[in-house]
Amino acid sequence: MRQRSTFVFTMMAFGYAFLYLPIFSVVLYSFNASRLVTVWGGFSTRWYGALFHNETILQATGRSLLVAAMAATLAVAIGTLAAVAFTRFQRLRARPLLSLMTSAPLVMPEVMLGLSALLLFVGLQQWIGWPAGRGLMTITIAHTTFCCAYVTVIVQSRLAQMDESLEEAALDLGARPWKVFFLVTLPVIFPALAAGWLLAFTLSLDDLVVASFVSGPSSTTLPMLIYSKVKFGVTPEINALATLIVLVVTSLIVAATLVMGRRNANPLR
Amino acid sequence: MAQPGRRQAPIEPWQQPGAQPFLRICNVTKTFGQTYAVDDVSAEVYQGEFFSLLGGSGCGKSTLLRILAGLETPDRGRIVLGGEDITDLPPYERPVNMMFQSYALFPHLNVAQNVAFGLHQERMARGEIADRVAAMLDLVQLKDYGRRKPDQLSGGQRQRVALARALAKQPKLLLLDEPLGALDRKLREQTQFELVGIQERIGITFITVTHDQEEAMTMSSRVAVMDAGRIVQVATPAQLYEFPANRFVAGFIGAVNLFDGRVSQQQGEDLVFHCEALGGDFLMYHGDPLPIGTPVTVAVRPEKVSVHDTRPTDRRNAVHGKVVEIAYLGDVSIYHVATDHGQVVRIQITHEARYSRPHYSWDDELWLSWDPDDGVVLTA
Amino acid sequence: MNGSGFNWLGFWNLVFSALVQRIGVLGRELRQRRGRLVVAGIPMLWLGLFFLLPFLIVARISLTTIDPNAQPPYSSIVTFTQGWQLELHFNLDNYRRLWQDGLYLSAYLNSLKTAAISTLLCLMIGFPMALGIARASTRWRLPLLTMVIVPFWTSFLIRIYAWIGLLKDQGPLNNLLLWLGVIDEPLHILYTNTAVYIGIVYSYLPFMVLPLTATLLKHDRSLLEAAFDLGCKPMRAFWRVTFPLALPGVIAGSLLVFIPAVGEFVIPDLLGGPDSLMIGRVLWTEFFQSRDWPLASAVAMAILLLIVIPTLLFEHLQARRGAQEARR
Repeated sequence: MRQRSTFVFTMMAFGYAFLYLPIFSVVLYSFNASRLVTVWGGFSTRWYGALFHNETILQATGRSLLVAAMAATLAVAIGTLAAVAFTRFQRLRARPLLSLMTSAPLVMPEVMLGLSALLLFVGLQQWIGWPAGRGLMTITIAHTTFCCAYVTVIVQSRLAQMDESLEEAALDLGARPWKVFFLVTLPVIFPALAAGWLLAFTLSLDDLVVASFVSGPSSTTLPMLIYSKVKFGVTPEINALATLIVLVVTSLIVAATLVMGRRNANPLR
Repeated sequence: MAQPGRRQAPIEPWQQPGAQPFLRICNVTKTFGQTYAVDDVSAEVYQGEFFSLLGGSGCGKSTLLRILAGLETPDRGRIVLGGEDITDLPPYERPVNMMFQSYALFPHLNVAQNVAFGLHQERMARGEIADRVAAMLDLVQLKDYGRRKPDQLSGGQRQRVALARALAKQPKLLLLDEPLGALDRKLREQTQFELVGIQERIGITFITVTHDQEEAMTMSSRVAVMDAGRIVQVATPAQLYEFPANRFVAGFIGAVNLFDGRVSQQQGEDLVFHCEALGGDFLMYHGDPLPIGTPVTVAVRPEKVSVHDTRPTDRRNAVHGKVVEIAYLGDVSIYHVATDHGQVVRIQITHEARYSRPHYSWDDELWLSWDPDDGVVLTA
Repeated sequence: MNGSGFNWLGFWNLVFSALVQRIGVLGRELRQRRGRLVVAGIPMLWLGLFFLLPFLIVARISLTTIDPNAQPPYSSIVTFTQGWQLELHFNLDNYRRLWQDGLYLSAYLNSLKTAAISTLLCLMIGFPMALGIARASTRWRLPLLTMVIVPFWTSFLIRIYAWIGLLKDQGPLNNLLLWLGVIDEPLHILYTNTAVYIGIVYSYLPFMVLPLTATLLKHDRSLLEAAFDLGCKPMRAFWRVTFPLALPGVIAGSLLVFIPAVGEFVIPDLLGGPDSLMIGRVLWTEFFQSRDWPLASAVAMAILLLIVIPTLLFEHLQARRGAQEARR
């Protein structure tokens, strides 16, 4: 017993080190005065300064945040509807089709999602003139489409766990079906919606491949910018940016954990 | 078994010739795929009754309750409540409320908001809602709990919130799905009487579903025993126990000895039946004459069987046997006695004095007897 | 005719009232289902338009020939000759090329190989981690789990970029190994298949650990204690009790790693060498560098038929088996 515990412990230490090594190295090098990764040129915050004066990076960040927020919101709306249709309409005839359309994006390589979305937009433009050109809107649509699938999975599992008698009780107490949804179902599954939104937001914010296919001339997103910078030489501003992202994410997660922990620890407020 | 003697002057509208039923269930059938959940069920419930649907799991009692609530639509049949046909009304338009087995308290709302939920749907004025909620919480003795969330309540408190919420709209009919099923045994007994007290105070007709015969017997004015989607008997608890209509009811309510045999002789209101397993002829009271040779089952409750050391001379029905099983239960002891021809008879002896030792031990020989009207002759 | 006594008025009345009744029933049904129609209709419409339809277009374009002068750069399938005669030009050359040119086949096989090896590595690292998390005290479990998820929420691209720095010939990893005396000259890891494996395992490790932890947490600890009680040694108990019970988690985790790894583009592109050919990268190159839209579409169709559809079928069967087992 003892022996394997040591083994498990060693593997865990190795695993976590593996997961965090690159992140620490990025944070470390963001404070490196030298431009070269190989040389430690002393502590400096110059790259943070450079980052905040780099219009291109700031603009790309803004665009990415905007697209991610819009795509996540749309995906939550559509994905929730799909999840409701799945779990609550037992005799839906289009069930297999809907199931296919919400599960296929999960197993579809990004290059295919990107290619197919682009060919659709090109084709649509040819036939009906919409969308005229490609840009943030086409990126948002493409992101919404694949994020939907993730939202559907999350919301669906929450809906399936939910005690259906809650909805029946609301009906029984005189609420019409749509009111039941807004007064009971939505508040109860809200954590799942929030989780779905966050996941969709992150997926969209992180996406390089799909955005590369469907973006237009002046709609370079942050991942596209990072990719081109990484491809054509090291830029330490990226380290600074990455450090900021890590900082924001970590503090958000720690805050969320604390809030949830407090709520769970103290049920008799 | 708790005795149903709570009513001073029993109100028995089903006995009165002119009484109009408040709820009529007419030939209701509901199938799920190939299986009949509710099979051509008809029943009548009177104003102010505490009516129970009793049966094992899958007997269709919950489906019938959900049909009354409007949560399931029957394939055939009508539901008439207070003269109005409500079969096609959706649940949110029925003057019927339900207390769910899981209580179904909205986890995101506090106790007061839960109770007020139905009132808000009626667009009742705010002040009025507050008054009603306060009155309801008072009724279920949870006056100071209005701001608690459901997950901060004990099981018993949740049960009472669910009751208050279902009663808040003052429904014509209250449906209770296993109202005490989630409570532990001690709390359940206490709550049974509370529930009856509340029902008598507000006078709303209650229909409850339960699989617990003791619960049904304690609380109900009448009980409908269900089996395989059908109602097999509707009667008061006492009638159900003493005059079961068939083998199923006799076996379902309490313990019973069932002796299979055939009618061998008819003597006025009595009949003689022959039972192979008991090895003889026995005299039983039965109102309707039955043709000779009719297969019948005689049901005798364990506590109605008397025990003797020697053959009793003054009893008509006596049989010799040997003790094969003893169970001491505190208030009573249960004995299983194997008769000479193989039938095992269950008997019950009450311990009336603290120092009374059981008279009989394993393999002791004894005589059992019962009077002609101690048992029921069943033909189904 | 009129004299035959047939009551035309009555007849029409009957027909008319039947019609009215039928329309009424239809209307009621429509009204009752209107909510459902909207709820199910919106996602169907969106996904049909932006997910399903595009694949039909991809299929269509995979049958055209490249036409560098056209905008977009492919020939059209349908032409109208003499104004009204419809002519269809199907071109199967793209598919022929996929089969005959060894590049595509080897890229496809290499993708499968890379994904399979990475999945196995993930399992080997992920299982002990999941076991450790599941066995940890409740106090530690949530922080440990959170620590697995945190990297996932930070930019994927930047984490891959960090590995470039780490794995360089003059990077920290090589410096450390040189300093320790483990090696005499720098290892060439970056821009090789090894770097691709490291990148994939690194990126998808959380997807292996999470479902495994979830499955392991479901077991009762007393199962293992029962095994010990019955005289099973720890190692044997692991293979006879823990692992078989964790199998659903192993399958789920492996799928979550394998599927995205097969189509991966960014990792082989940034960490791999020119010979780290993977099918996703080939598609990207055909599209962006050769601008051969028809061939890229044909590659996409091949991926769809050879990877996506088998996976969907497998998942479908898994789900059905799960449902059957749950019913038992």
